Amino acid sequence: MKRWLLVIIFFAVLIGAWEYLVRRGVWSPVLVPSPLDVGRYFVSSIQDRTLLEASYVTMKRLVLGYVVSLIIGLPLGLLNARFKACEDTIGVLALGLQTLPSVCWAPLALLWFGQTETAMFFIVIMGSIWSVTLATDAGVRSVPPIYARAARTMGSGGLHTWLKVIFPASLPFVVSGMKQGWAFAWRSLMAAEIYVTILTGFGLGHLLHYGRELHAMDAVIGIMIVIIVIGLLADKILFSPIERFLHRRWGTARN
Amino acid sequence: MTTVSEELRNVAPEKLAVEGVSKTFRTQRGHVHALDNVSLNVREGEFVCLVGPSGCGKSTLLSIIAGLESTDSGQVLADGKPVTGPGRERMVMFQESALFPWLDVLGNVLFGLKLKPNLTGKERREVALFYLKLVGLENFIHANIHELSGGMKQRVALARALAPNPRVLLMDEPFAALDALTREQLYGDIQRIWAERKKTIIFVTHNVREAVCLGDRVVLFSPHPGRIQEKFEIKLPRPRDINSVDLAKYSTEITRALKRHLKPETTEVAE
Ligand SMILES: Nc1ncnc2c1ncn2[C@@H]1O[C@H](COP(=O)(O)OP(=O)(O)OP(=O)(O)O)[C@@H](O)[C@H]1O
Ligand SMILES: [Mg+2]
Repeated sequence: MKRWLLVIIFFAVLIGAWEYLVRRGVWSPVLVPSPLDVGRYFVSSIQDRTLLEASYVTMKRLVLGYVVSLIIGLPLGLLNARFKACEDTIGVLALGLQTLPSVCWAPLALLWFGQTETAMFFIVIMGSIWSVTLATDAGVRSVPPIYARAARTMGSGGLHTWLKVIFPASLPFVVSGMKQGWAFAWRSLMAAEIYVTILTGFGLGHLLHYGRELHAMDAVIGIMIVIIVIGLLADKILFSPIERFLHRRWGTARN
Repeated sequence: MTTVSEELRNVAPEKLAVEGVSKTFRTQRGHVHALDNVSLNVREGEFVCLVGPSGCGKSTLLSIIAGLESTDSGQVLADGKPVTGPGRERMVMFQESALFPWLDVLGNVLFGLKLKPNLTGKERREVALFYLKLVGLENFIHANIHELSGGMKQRVALARALAPNPRVLLMDEPFAALDALTREQLYGDIQRIWAERKKTIIFVTHNVREAVCLGDRVVLFSPHPGRIQEKFEIKLPRPRDINSVDLAKYSTEITRALKRHLKPETTEVAE
C-alpha cells in the first residue's frame, strides 16, 4: 500500500510541476504542451480509435517479430554452445551484428522489401535475434558440467539432457537475454515504423512521425508516453514474474 | 501399489572388479598420470572406503567405476560384465554439490525416477517420498535447494542417488564440507541405510577415522601416479561410533601406514 502511495505521489508531483512550469510560460507552448493538452489528445485519439488501433498494430508486429527472434535465436544459441564450428561461424556473425544499432538495418530493409510490413519485421528480427542467441550461448556455457554428469548417471542423455538439464540450468542467463532481446525488438520496431512509411497499418511510430510533420506536440508527447507505458507493462507483466521465480529458486540476485 | 513395493524392494548388490586400470590425463601443461594399474575387488554388499591425499585419483577411479570416464587400459567388471557407460545400477554422490537448483527437493529426487519406465506419476512420487523419509527430509519436500543447510543438501543428494534403486553407491567425499556434529549424525544414518537397503558402497574420503568408522575395508592410495598401497580389514561390530577407542586404534595404524607411503610434500590427510 505504502509503495503505491509513493508511486502515485511521485507521478502526481511530476505532472504538477510540468503543468506549473508550462503555465508560468517557461517554454513556448508550441514546443511544450501542458499535461492537460496531452490528456485531451488521449481522450480524442481514444475516441476516434487512432491510438488504440495504432497500439494494436504495433503490439502485433512486436510480438510476432519477437517470437520469431526467439524461435530462431534460442536454437542458434544452443547450436553455438554445442558445436565449435557453429561458434566460430554463426557465433562470430552474431557478435558482430549484435553491435550494429538496429536503425542501420532500415536502409537495407527499405531497398530489399520496399515500404512494406516485411521490411519492418526484418528490422525487428535483426535487431533482437542476436542478443537472444548470444545470451543463450553464454548461458549454456556457464552450466557446470557436473549437472550433465549427474544426469547421465540417472539415465539421462542426448536431447533429454539438453531439454531437462542444460536448458533449465542456463535459464537465468537465457531470461536476461530474452529480456534484452525484447528491449531491442521494441527499439528496432520504433525505428522501423518511423523510417518505413507505409500507407496502411499505422503503428505508434507512424503516428509519432506524422505528429512531428504536423507539429502536433501534444500528440508527439502523448504517443511517447504510450510507448513508455507499453515498455513498462511488458517488463512488469512478462518478465518480472519469471525473474522473481528464478530468484526464489536459485536464491541469487542473478537475472 | 504392487509396483511401488516392487520398486522399493531391495535389489541384489553388485560385485565389482577393477582390473589393472590406468588413466592419464593430457592437458596443455602436460600429462597427469592419475591412476596406475589399479586393481580392486569389492564383494557384493561390501562397504569399501578409499583413503588418500588430494590428487591421487580417487575421484577419477570413482568416475571410471560409474562409467563416466574411460580407461586407458584395464577394465571394470560389474557382476562380471564390463562397465561401458553410466547407468542406474551405479549411482554417484559427487564431491561438489550436483543438485539441480531449478528443481525443488522433491523434483531432484524425482529426476532419476522419471527416467524409469513403467511407473505412474503417483507411484514415482510415493517412491521419492519413501527415500526422503529415509534420509529424514519428509518435511522439506518443497524447499528450494539454496534454502537447505550443507547437511540437508547431502541428504537430498543421498536420497536422489538411492531413488533409482541402484545396486552400487559411489560416494565421493560426501561429508567433507560438513561440521563434525552433522557428520556424526550422517555416519549413523549411512550405516543404517546401508544395512537396510543392502548396497555395495565405495566411499572416498580424506579422513581416516571416517573411513574406519564406515568401511568393512579401507583401501589406501598414494599419489603421482595414483596407486593402491595397502588394504585394511576393519573387524569392528556395527553400528560403529566414531569416538570409540577400538576405532581409534585402527585409525592410528592406518594413519601411520599412510604417512609411510606419502611423499613428504603431500600431507593433507586428517586422522
Ligand atoms: N578432467 C581432467 N583433466 C585433467 N586432469 C585431471 C582431470 N581430472 C583429474 N585430473 C588430474 O588427475 C589427478 C587425480 O585427480 P582426482 O580428482 O581423481 O584426485 P582425487 O584423489 O579425487 O583428489 P581430491 O581428494 O582432491 O578430490 C589430479 O592430479 C588431477 O589434477
Ligand atoms: Mg576427488
